[in-house]
Amino acid sequence: MHTYVDGGLSDTERAEVDAWLRAHPDDAERVRAYAEQNALLRSLYNPVLDEPIPTPLLAVRTRAWRQYAAAAAIFALGIGLGWLLRGEFITPQMVPVSLARQAATAHVVYAPEVRHPVEVTASEEPHLVGWLSKRLGTTLKAPKLGPLGYELVGGRLLSGLQGPVAQFMYQDARGQRLTLYVSRQRGEPRDTAFRFSQEDRVSVFYWVDGNYGYALSGEIRRDLLLQVAEVVYKQLNP
Amino acid sequence: MRRYARALVGDRYVADDLVQDTLERAWNKFYLWRPGSDLRAWLFTIMHNVFVNQARRRRYEIEQAMEELPAVAVRATQGEQLELEDVDRVLRSLSTEQREVVLLVAVEQLTYEQVSRALDIPIGTVMSRLSRARERMRQLLGNQNVMPLKVVK
Repeated sequence: MHTYVDGGLSDTERAEVDAWLRAHPDDAERVRAYAEQNALLRSLYNPVLDEPIPTPLLAVRTRAWRQYAAAAAIFALGIGLGWLLRGEFITPQMVPVSLARQAATAHVVYAPEVRHPVEVTASEEPHLVGWLSKRLGTTLKAPKLGPLGYELVGGRLLSGLQGPVAQFMYQDARGQRLTLYVSRQRGEPRDTAFRFSQEDRVSVFYWVDGNYGYALSGEIRRDLLLQVAEVVYKQLNP
Repeated sequence: MRRYARALVGDRYVADDLVQDTLERAWNKFYLWRPGSDLRAWLFTIMHNVFVNQARRRRYEIEQAMEELPAVAVRATQGEQLELEDVDRVLRSLSTEQREVVLLVAVEQLTYEQVSRALDIPIGTVMSRLSRARERMRQLLGNQNVMPLKVVK
């Protein structure tokens, strides 16, 4: 039953346990309780991943500078692993709606639109950027992704949990669309590393920069999306 | 690592100290790490050792503190959702050995095999600790059907 709850069974074994659980309500209840414990514990402690890392931890000191560098490397590796594995820890039904999830939702709503994918098209880019900047209370930029094969389609204003949200849409020659979602974040300004989240078919790279959260969504391979996300990040933080 | 440390010890600053000590130790022992083996599990092993050593030193203090701890009391659930603080309180009430296993399995999602290696205990011990911890949590959290939850595959 534990292996069943923790996802260690093959399909056949799982089917067998499923059948057993249908006939044994007490065990089914137990399994349900264990799965719930897992979900509760994750939602309790996953937020630690989003906290800024305290400076002392970024500067673990040992005797020689080489040790210092290596400790930093190990730590970076730890962060990297955490980041790579992060998507797997999210239990969608338990975690408060996150930036990645909101962005992915907005992506699946608007990206398939044929006639009205955006409110203001790229032909009026200065107006679009000016308008969204005004509504979000910051100076926005629509990154230039032409060299990567993605042209700006336009953008729209959305309503998010923290107020107005800007969505920019890009498209490549084959009609593959990416959206960049920019929303104001609650609380103290902070910066986070790139994070990845897989929301059904939509891959999302997202990060927080000061008071604003950015999320780039697309139904493309993670490595390709990462290339675009890096370009976006560089253009927004020259 | 910060997530696991926080869940293990509870206090934020103590947890970050544990992470820092672990990282320092990891570097000093880095030559022991076999390239290609599971770095994450290896770091959890080091964290476990650092934690156990610190705990041994502090055992006397902990024993004293334990006597002052109130018995675990879980509030009646309000509405439909178990309070997360209740879950945390129940987690704290487990023995350290049980808490480590539960957290590595549930939060860090290591396999039982990885947990067995990280904590250097037989896999049977992993299973029995996990089983006892989960039953205890289930009893303390009550049997309410609090949340419609899909069983995780």
